[in-house]
Amino acid sequence: MGLDIDNLNSNMIDVLKELGNIGSGNAATALAKMINKKVDMSVPQVKILDYKDVSDVLGGPENVIVGIYFHFEGDAAGNILFALSQKSAKNLVNILFNRDNGKQLDEMDISALSEVGNILSASYINSLSTLTGLKLKISVPSISIDMAGAILSVPAIQFGVMGDKVLFIETEFQEGKNQVTGDLFLIPDIDSFNTILNKLGVV
Amino acid sequence: MKIIKVGMADLAVVKSPGKLITLGLGSCVGIALYDKRTKIAGLAHIMLPNSKEIKNNSNKAKFADTAIEILLEKMESLGSNKWNIVAKLSGGAQMFSFNTKNDILKIGERNVLASKKKLNQLGIKIISEDTGGNYGRTIELDSSNGDLLVKTIGHGTKVI
Repeated sequence: MGLDIDNLNSNMIDVLKELGNIGSGNAATALAKMINKKVDMSVPQVKILDYKDVSDVLGGPENVIVGIYFHFEGDAAGNILFALSQKSAKNLVNILFNRDNGKQLDEMDISALSEVGNILSASYINSLSTLTGLKLKISVPSISIDMAGAILSVPAIQFGVMGDKVLFIETEFQEGKNQVTGDLFLIPDIDSFNTILNKLGVV
Repeated sequence: MKIIKVGMADLAVVKSPGKLITLGLGSCVGIALYDKRTKIAGLAHIMLPNSKEIKNNSNKAKFADTAIEILLEKMESLGSNKWNIVAKLSGGAQMFSFNTKNDILKIGERNVLASKKKLNQLGIKIISEDTGGNYGRTIELDSSNGDLLVKTIGHGTKVI
């Protein structure tokens, strides 16, 4: 049985938020260790959107962003998207490589970004796995630098199979001096919501 | 001039002068129909190939098969004749690639194939297309001449 996104009660939303909180808390810690700087994160938000509003997330449909996408499967399945602006992406690799030039992203940089995404997503998923007792396996990253609308169409289509709304858990990251901000989206497959909520005793 | 934005799982028609635009097409497909005799244009932004494979299919603009039917009806009600209508396709990219069995990731390709199949069934000729690849597209359909402008990030701009 899938979940009716239109009829989530506040209890379920709180649990999803808490999942986001724990997952992204671990991811933020991993990021902070990696770049050896302080990383703040926002309180995760559970967003339920109509398709027409999806592309307004992340600065509008034509805004160019860096998206790093993961698929996870096992006892539950879904996707994780780590999205950041081009400027943040550049700043992030500059911090990693300890340099300060502002050149275009090259292949090496993109590979480094994929790896950052990989570590963030793996720590997110691992904490979810520990919390719920569900076995989860994460894919290798796939990266795309393109229009936000085009990148967000991928999770939107996955929800499109089940209904007319999209649900995701969004957390915003900020490196201490504001040079790097990013969004981490957890997008469980609709069938997996019940599995996850069930394990946590909510439904 | 009227400029109408067509969102995800949405469609619209316009009689010249006017433009129909859709921003940031990824794996979705933009189906542009044009009748040059009456200068009536229609644009659909579909997400999935087939309404018959899905239980919850009330949103007709979401699927290639039903969206094309409705778009055609709307154009006919404005005065278009089906035999004068031609089609152009854009979008259907695969934004991310994975080694999984999950065929939802090949949805772009399936969306393009389903759109072509439906247009063929209806006898609507596809005169040009810019589909596939791994990048997003913004498209603009000009109702004065049927030109479809395709804009990308790093893959150029063209009129098809």
